[in-house]
Amino acid sequence: MSGHVFHLGHDDLHGITVVLETTSGKTVIGRWHERVEKGIVLHDAALNEAGSQQTRDDFIARSVKFGVKPEHRTLVVTDEIASVRKLAEF
Amino acid sequence: MAYPDLMTRPMREEVTRLGFQELKTPAEVDAVVGQGEGTMLIFVNSVCGCAAGGARPALSLAMQNQVKPAKSVSVFAGVDNEATQRARSFFSDYQPSSPSMAILKDGEVVHFVHRHQIEGKHPQQIAAELVAAFEKHCA
Repeated sequence: MSGHVFHLGHDDLHGITVVLETTSGKTVIGRWHERVEKGIVLHDAALNEAGSQQTRDDFIARSVKFGVKPEHRTLVVTDEIASVRKLAEF
Repeated sequence: MAYPDLMTRPMREEVTRLGFQELKTPAEVDAVVGQGEGTMLIFVNSVCGCAAGGARPALSLAMQNQVKPAKSVSVFAGVDNEATQRARSFFSDYQPSSPSMAILKDGEVVHFVHRHQIEGKHPQQIAAELVAAFEKHCA
């Protein structure tokens, strides 16, 4: 992270498209809105779960190349987070 | 919600003064993009902060490069919606996002810049990546 606050008054990641990986094996890509008590709120999010037809790597690679196909207008990720990276870093 | 012209005009002019032709209707898009010859940069403009702080300043820098697309056009997402939808039909494999940029060569997409590749980046960084694409595809 650069430390550059994209939207003043919000989290550093507010408005940034991120890849969240959970300890339960989910990969979620979406635009970070905020962290709340329940979890992390993403907009225009897509989800890939362990065991899906599409692998995690393909899911991320396709999102990098063709954009995120939004399956959820708003999604609250309540699972324990293993990692957070910007999609642009992949 | 329609954005007032007073608000969007400076955003349009920031691009048109760089030499971009603004396309406001599907017919205009078809007439220009539909020709499908040579290299063309299509900029999907937006009222959001990514466009103001990243995309448009980056275009201003990148368009100073000697090598650049033969033609540059723009549509305005959230403002000229029908024109934007028609423009996106020329790169329909790519998920809609705005701001975004597509470089077409003879009608085929050879480079695409999504919103996620713009958000949170400094204009200089976006411009450098765009110039690299110009050099690769438009020389």
